[in-house]
This record gives sequence, C-alpha cells and structure tokens, in this order.
Amino acid sequence: MSKRILFVLMTLFLVVALAAGCGGGETKDTANEGGEKVLRHNHGEEPESIDPALNTTVDGGSIVIACFEGLTTLDENDQPVAGVAESWDVNEDKTLYTFHLRKDAKWSDGQPVTANDFNYAWKRALHPDTAAEYAYQLFYIKNAPEYNEGAANAEDLGIKVVDEYTLEVELSAPTPYFLALTTFPTLFPVRQDIVEANSEQWALNPETYIGNGPFKLVEWQSKDHMKFVPNEHYWDRDRVKLDAVVKTFIAEASTMLAGYEAGEIDVIDSVPLNEIDNLKQTGEFQMITQLGTYYYCFNVTRPPFDDPKVRKAFALAIDREDITTKVRKSGVPATAFVAPGVPDTAAGKDFREVGGEYFSIKAQPEEAKRLLAEAGYPDGQGLPDVAFNFNNSEEHQIIAEAALEMWKQNLGIENVAINNQEWAVFINTRQNGDFQIARHGWLGDYNDPMTFLDLFTTGNGNNDAQWSNNDFDALIDKARLATDESERMATLHEAEKIIMEEAIMIPILHYTENTMIKPYVKGLVKSMLGFTYYDRADIVK
Amino acid sequence: MVTIWMVVTITFFLMHAIPGGPFTREKALPPAVMKNIEERYHLNDPLWKQYTDYIQNLVRGDLGPSFKYQGVTVNQIIAESFPISAQLGLASLFIMLFVGLPAGIISALRQTKWQDHLAMSLATVGVAVPNFVVATLLMYIVGVKLGWLPTARWLSWQSVIMPSIALAGYYTAYVARLTRSSVLEVLQQDYIRTARAKGLPERVVVYKHALKNALIPIVTYLGPILAGILTGSFVIEKIFAIPGLGEHFVASIWNRDYTVILGVTVFYATLLVIVNLIVDILYCFIDPRIRLGK
Repeated sequence: MSKRILFVLMTLFLVVALAAGCGGGETKDTANEGGEKVLRHNHGEEPESIDPALNTTVDGGSIVIACFEGLTTLDENDQPVAGVAESWDVNEDKTLYTFHLRKDAKWSDGQPVTANDFNYAWKRALHPDTAAEYAYQLFYIKNAPEYNEGAANAEDLGIKVVDEYTLEVELSAPTPYFLALTTFPTLFPVRQDIVEANSEQWALNPETYIGNGPFKLVEWQSKDHMKFVPNEHYWDRDRVKLDAVVKTFIAEASTMLAGYEAGEIDVIDSVPLNEIDNLKQTGEFQMITQLGTYYYCFNVTRPPFDDPKVRKAFALAIDREDITTKVRKSGVPATAFVAPGVPDTAAGKDFREVGGEYFSIKAQPEEAKRLLAEAGYPDGQGLPDVAFNFNNSEEHQIIAEAALEMWKQNLGIENVAINNQEWAVFINTRQNGDFQIARHGWLGDYNDPMTFLDLFTTGNGNNDAQWSNNDFDALIDKARLATDESERMATLHEAEKIIMEEAIMIPILHYTENTMIKPYVKGLVKSMLGFTYYDRADIVK
Repeated sequence: MVTIWMVVTITFFLMHAIPGGPFTREKALPPAVMKNIEERYHLNDPLWKQYTDYIQNLVRGDLGPSFKYQGVTVNQIIAESFPISAQLGLASLFIMLFVGLPAGIISALRQTKWQDHLAMSLATVGVAVPNFVVATLLMYIVGVKLGWLPTARWLSWQSVIMPSIALAGYYTAYVARLTRSSVLEVLQQDYIRTARAKGLPERVVVYKHALKNALIPIVTYLGPILAGILTGSFVIEKIFAIPGLGEHFVASIWNRDYTVILGVTVFYATLLVIVNLIVDILYCFIDPRIRLGK
C-alpha cells in the first residue's frame, strides 16, 4: 500500500514539476498588447538555415530579406530598386556593373556597410568549403563556376572592391537580369569579422546574427518561433512601421488555419485544399501568383512518348480549367511553360502576353484524338502500358486522378497506371530518367524567361525529359550572349515555341500561394519569387 | 549494448539502401556544388568508412552534425526536443494512470451497474477513435470555437492539456479495460474467498489483497505503453506543432538526414532498453513470486 502512495506522490511531483517547467517558457510577445504593432506570420517548417549563403528555401529567404539588404531590393511591382547601392553604371555590352554604395547604410550593430562586405559574402558563398547549394546563383560572375570547383583563385573572380563604397562586378556574359539577381538572398552581404569569429554558428544566435536589413532577430525558440524588431540603424528606418514580427513554425496546414481562426496568427501562407471553398467566403482568402509552373514531364526517350504526336495528344486531353477550379481549387491554368509575370523587356509587356497560349485552358478532345490516331493508336488501342509517377501528397494525388480520368474520357486510354512514390525515391527516379510521365514543378529563381527555358538544354541537370534538340540549344546560347533586348526576347520566344510544339511536357497550372490575411494587415508585400517583405507592412485596427 | 549496436548497424545500412540522399532536391544541384557538399559531409567516403567513423564518434557520445539544420548537432537536437516529448509523455502517463486505473477498478467493483457500463462504453470509444481525430476535434472545439486553450504550439502549461489528452486517450481506455478484467479475475481467486471467509472488511479485501495482484498485468504492459507513448507522439506533435523529438524521428527519414535518423534511433533504443529494465525491476517489487536471481 505504501509503495502505491509513494508512486502517486512521485507522479504528482513530476507533473507539478513539468507544469512549472512549461510555465517558464511562456511568451507574451505573441499578443498585440498595448497598441504595439506586432505582425504574427506563420512561417511553416523551421528554416534549415538563415545564413544568406546557405539558405535554400523561400521561407528562409523571407527571414534573410527581413534582416539583410542586397545591392538592390524589390519594390511592390517586383522590380529592382536601390538598396544598399544608391546607383549603378553598366557598360555597353552589359558585362561590367559598377555599384555605388550609400554611405548611410549600417549594420544592426551600427557599423557601416562597405563594398568588402559584399566581396566577402560572395566569395564565401562560392568557396568550395562553404558547400553552399545556391552557389550557382553567383555563377554569372566571371570565373565563378571555376572558383567553386577549385579551379580558379579568388583574384580571378570578377569581383573588385574599388574603394569602401564602390563595387565592380564583371560578368562572364551579358546578363540583363543580373540587377534583379542582386535582390536574391544568396547575394546579400555578411560581416567577415562576425562569421570568422563564430563560424557557421553565427547564424544560429540572435546576438551574432548581425544584418543590415530593416529588421533584426531578437528571439529564436527552436522549432517554435522567431521574433524580429526594427533595426534602429537601418538607413531607411522610417519606412518600417511595425514594432515587431513574430514568425511561428507550424507546419500543418490545418493547424495553422486553427491558429488563424482562433486569432493567434495574422497571416498564413497555405490552407488545406478542401477548405478553400469555405475560406473564399470569408473575404480574407487571397491567391497570390507565383513565378512557377506545375507540369507533367515526359521521358521523350521511352515509347510511346518518343512520338511527339502522342505527347501532344496527352497534353491536349487535359482540361486545365477543371483542374484549377474543381480539383485543386486554386492556381492559374497554364497554357505554356513560362509563367505569367515574367516581363518581355523588349515589348514592355508580359512575356506570356507576347508569346500567347500554346495550349487552350479547356481540353481539345477532337484534336487530341486525331493526333493519337495519326500516331497509330486510334482511341488508345495498341498503346503500350504507361506508368505515371508522382510523389505522395494529397495535392498531387487528386490532380493525377483527374488527369487519368481526362485521358480516359478524351482519348479512350485506360492503361495508365499511377505510381505513387515517397518523395526522395521519386526525385531519384525522375532524375535518373526512370519514368514515362512524372509530375514536375519549377519555381523561377529570377524574373526572366531564361530561368524557365534553359532547363531543357542538352545535359542540364534538371532536364528530366532527357530531351535534346540542337536548334533549341543554339537559341539558348544565342540568347545568353545577346546584348540587344529585342533580339534576346525574340530568341527566347522562339525557344519556348520549340518546347511547346515538341510537347515535351504538359503545362498544368501556375502556382499560387493560398494565403489568409487578416483585414487589419496592410502593405505586406509578397514577391512572385515567393518572398515576403515586411518593411512596408503595417497593422491598422 | 549488443542490442544497441545491432540497431545502429541495421539502421545505418537500411538508411543508405533507400534511394535519395540528404541533398536530394526538386531542383538538381550542379555537379560541382554537389561535389563540394559531399566532400564537406564525407558522403563521398566508402560506406564502410562512413560506418566505422560513425561508430567511433558514437562511442565518444558524438552523434554528429545534422545535414538539414546547418550548424546544429544531433546532440543539440535531442537535448532540446526530448524534454518536451518527455513532458508530453509524462502528462499522458499521468492521465492514463489516474483516469484509466480508477475507471477500471470502479467498473470491476460495480460490475454490470451503470458505472461499469458508462466507463466501458467510454473505453470502447477511446480505443476505437484514433488520436489524430481526438486531437483535431479538441483543437477545433476547445481551441477555435470556445477559445479556452491555445490551439497549438508549446507555450505554457495550458498547451499541455489538449495534446496529452489526445495522446493518452487510447492508452487510458486500454488500461481501464485491462484493469477491469484483471480485478474481476483476481476477485474470483481462492485467497480472496479465504480473506472474505476470515471476516476481513470488504475494503481491506479489495485494497490490500485484490488490487495488488490485479496490478501485475498492468505493470507488464507499462513498458510497451511507455514505449508507445514516447515514440508514438509524433502524430500529436505534428498536429499541435510541438517542438518534440517524435517529429524529428519521422521527418529525418523523409529528409534523409542520416545523422539525425541514426542519433534519434540510438537514443530511443537506449531509452527503451532502460525502460524495460525498470519495468522488470518494478515487477519484482509487486509480485513476490518473481525474484531476481531465480
């Protein structure tokens, strides 16, 4: 009997101890108290790294953007405007950029931001020992790929510190979108003294996470939240209206929605697909278009998809409108590969608008059937078995099932088997070309058609279609070296036309970020690359 | 020790046998970049060398760096997140013992009366409804609609309530049913009849003689239940966005975060060995028929 009492007492003791232990971790900063303007934005899964050189995720990028600033920064219309650089000169053939840095740009510890901070950051991101995945974002700089392979020295790089406030960058080819690239987190400056003193730990501790952006990190509770307050030394401090930003790390869409509905979170970036219809009624649901395309990729070396007619038939049989309105309930129907929002700089219009639609948003069953019959498979008869791979997720599953149904109804094809794989297994299968049709998605790295089109050059690591076309390769090379914008754009349109006519992939939809934003949140900017900008955000209740 | 070594070895080779690696990305990395990464994390070493290196570090208690969370070690991950999982587990254990046990005892003593029917109906529901359903319902009703408790995260003592109820639900119901049948069985025994025959008050018969013996099967199940609570918390941790170890345990496999997979597996294996040992020892105290060294 006494042992049982002892057991009870011990358990009670433990429970009291744990309750007390939890109480200690209570944070009050997640409430909008006393008129403080605190924006509570759910971030999703905790970022893998918030080191500008090592971060690879869009979410992590939003944190880097809050705490750092590049030579240029994006405005509300996704155009690069002056950041740390107040002006810049470009030479005639667009290979030499000279950036003039503003003298009032400061780090969050009050030190001035100088040209060497960029020089150091870029060399660090490219250095083989840093092993940065996004090192390739800097590969446009002269000798950068060689330096990353260990085949060139730091002195050979096209990065030159002219004086404290002048940075000269030499590119290996004219790159009209280089300016836009300087808004990308990998190209942000970091402090040599801080990084060298703390090695990679510097980006794990709010005290050493010194940035030059509008905000600074003040609190990081692992896997739960991060808190940011305005950086008092930021050169444009007056632009920042919020008193704090709290980013919570809830990964489950239904959990974030519960938090949003309970008033614990102000902004969430994804919602459960089956809730979208209800959420649209609230008026707080917003679909924000992203620079990305969800598509089905053919392996063009495997029958029956070695025949362009079969590929085209499959593509024409897809009803893109049904998929975006009835199945996924979000997204923009994709009529070509390059997503809308990419500018045709020569025409001053959208690249998509100039290039037009290659596929209709509705299915074209007659045309599809005709092509399939021409290829020798009337009504799908005699078509070899087709395996269709995707990685397991509800979203991919429902879209795949809809596609299967469309192929069956519009083409009479019944022998497509769906092959649902675990994520990393799937990626492996796809990269090895071990498939016939596979789900694919591409999010642009920068706002130019090239970020989509150079994917399908021969031997490109992301050319999972295993496609190779000399004319296409030649066009991409020509566009890379072109110094005249109208010539470059015309070449890129021509290149896209080849991909679409060859139908090496089926464009399905362009991604949207399905967000819920409380009405009192104003001025929150979300770029098409997926990054969130807090510097102009405000809370007006 | 041998058990743990076997667990490490099997996990190590199984993990490397599945396709994909920690740096498998939707966007393929340029070969030069990939080479730098492999060099940095010694992924280009032969597998046997990676294995022996790992074992050597493990013996020193170094579980290595996470491949996913740059600059964070596996030791840090476990040190940060296990206490949270343990708090959640203990709270669930508390609910299980202080709700499940009494419910089982009461329904046994009031067999076929309304108390019995009520407790056993609830227990049937508890066993049948999966914990994620309980979790979602609780979150929606108590968190969103009533607003009594925070919907998710791990902020204060209030955050513990819903996840621990959801996690304990199944086990509480299980323990209640087990206790009931066990008490009923013991009450049929000869020594209970003897106790009653010699005129002991019913209270003494039940509490001193019956309960002690009825607890034996429950203690036997305590080991597996504890293991289930500790390793099975990942669904609940995921739903309530609790920064515990359970989530790392599962997510590391998707991420192919090799060092985290191994580190967490070793940690859990060790924990389970210890828990089972404790249960075995506890057993000796309760059941005088079992003695060490016999």
